[in-house]
Amino acid sequence: MTDQPPPLRIVLAKLGLDGHDRGLKVVARILRDAGMEVIYLGLRQTTDSIVAAAEQEDADAIGLSMHNAGHMTLGPNMVKALADADLPIPVIIGGIVPDEDVAPLLEAGVAAVLGPGASAEEVANTVRNAVSAAV
Amino acid sequence: MSRANRSVEELYGEAKGGRRLALGRLLTMVERGGVDAESIGELANPDVGKAHIVGITGAPGAGKSTLTGQLVALLTVAGRRPAVLAVDPSSPLTGGAILGDRIRMDDIGGGSSSSESAAGAGSARPETAFIRSMATRGHSGGLALAVPLAVRLFDAMGYDPVIIETVGVGQVEVDVVGAADTAVVVVTPGMGDAVQANKAGLLEVADVFVVNKADRPGANDVRRDLELMLDLSHVTGQEEVGGHRPPIVMSTALDGTGADSVWAAVEEHLLFLNDSGRRLDRRHHRIRTEIRALMEQALGRRIDDAMNSTMGIDLVAQVEDGSRSPTAASAQLLDRLLGPQ
Repeated sequence: MTDQPPPLRIVLAKLGLDGHDRGLKVVARILRDAGMEVIYLGLRQTTDSIVAAAEQEDADAIGLSMHNAGHMTLGPNMVKALADADLPIPVIIGGIVPDEDVAPLLEAGVAAVLGPGASAEEVANTVRNAVSAAV
Repeated sequence: MSRANRSVEELYGEAKGGRRLALGRLLTMVERGGVDAESIGELANPDVGKAHIVGITGAPGAGKSTLTGQLVALLTVAGRRPAVLAVDPSSPLTGGAILGDRIRMDDIGGGSSSSESAAGAGSARPETAFIRSMATRGHSGGLALAVPLAVRLFDAMGYDPVIIETVGVGQVEVDVVGAADTAVVVVTPGMGDAVQANKAGLLEVADVFVVNKADRPGANDVRRDLELMLDLSHVTGQEEVGGHRPPIVMSTALDGTGADSVWAAVEEHLLFLNDSGRRLDRRHHRIRTEIRALMEQALGRRIDDAMNSTMGIDLVAQVEDGSRSPTAASAQLLDRLLGPQ
């Protein structure tokens, strides 16, 4: 009992000017029900505020919800901001990302991209796999 | 990879030098308990004892996090370095948790406000408040250890005040807040009448009452009920024990109204503690509680071992087949563990 691994700690945020947070709240519930600790930052975060939260919370991964078509700029910015802070934890993007953008995002260091059809199990496994791949 | 194992001593030194990431990692070790947590306690020990420890508690949705956010904003503007430990419950079913306190504390955890980002982009973020969310992780004993140690660590790092924010349910949460220098209890209109207010528990540990959502109907009724309850404490002598009648402060945390009055009342209570010598009493109580919790944890481990030993397994079987009572079995195991009493 006492030797089970400690829960993963995941920071969830909306990055930039993007008001649609219904999906992210669902993801928060999914990850909680998968036994993770979700630090929920909500709307209108910046790369700086997310890095600050990730440092203070010692997060294992960042989950970004993007519905503002800014993912090609903001996704790589997030990866770079974390690397600059010497905190290269995985960044997972969920939301609306066109298929042709997925490969460039992964190329830029984003760990995974989850689309609207992802099941609860897929969401939780993607986060778990991203974290274990990074350690 | 930078998650590579730095020693506890190295991390402590880096954290002391202001590196948030190092402090974040130390707090993770504190949460996990065990040998690393013990070393952190030893390292921090010479540096503690300066911070004003403030507990903020109340029912879910009372506005604790929003109020805490307002207080932290005030404090950072005033040049203080506050730390916040925000405790939220874990799911008893899955062990997971949604730690949503930070969302109510926007713009204060460093790097968040747009003006700040513009001024101090990138590495030159100003050192501001430090906020850490902690899940209860299903074992109240763990929380009883992790919270005091996290507070000591913040204290040792020069954070002052250290604010512990917790939902006021469960004995451990009440103990944690009751062990603070100043316990702030947040109540709101519509949470019940004077009879609720008289139920034992949280209200008894309050040094400062905040009636939040004071813009809503019924706020003055809540205030009146609390005043009546406090009048009665005078009659029953409870006030004499405390020596301090808790002030009742009205606030609307959502727009920041009254946050300055809340903090003024907290500071005033600290003055009272210092002048009356009661701060040492609180500290004494806190230290006793912490040592007790540590002993309980250590004993708990030995009890687990005893239960899993051949003798423990045999005794359980004997109680199952009716040849021995649970009381006799427990007495025999305790004798084995601690020697005959």
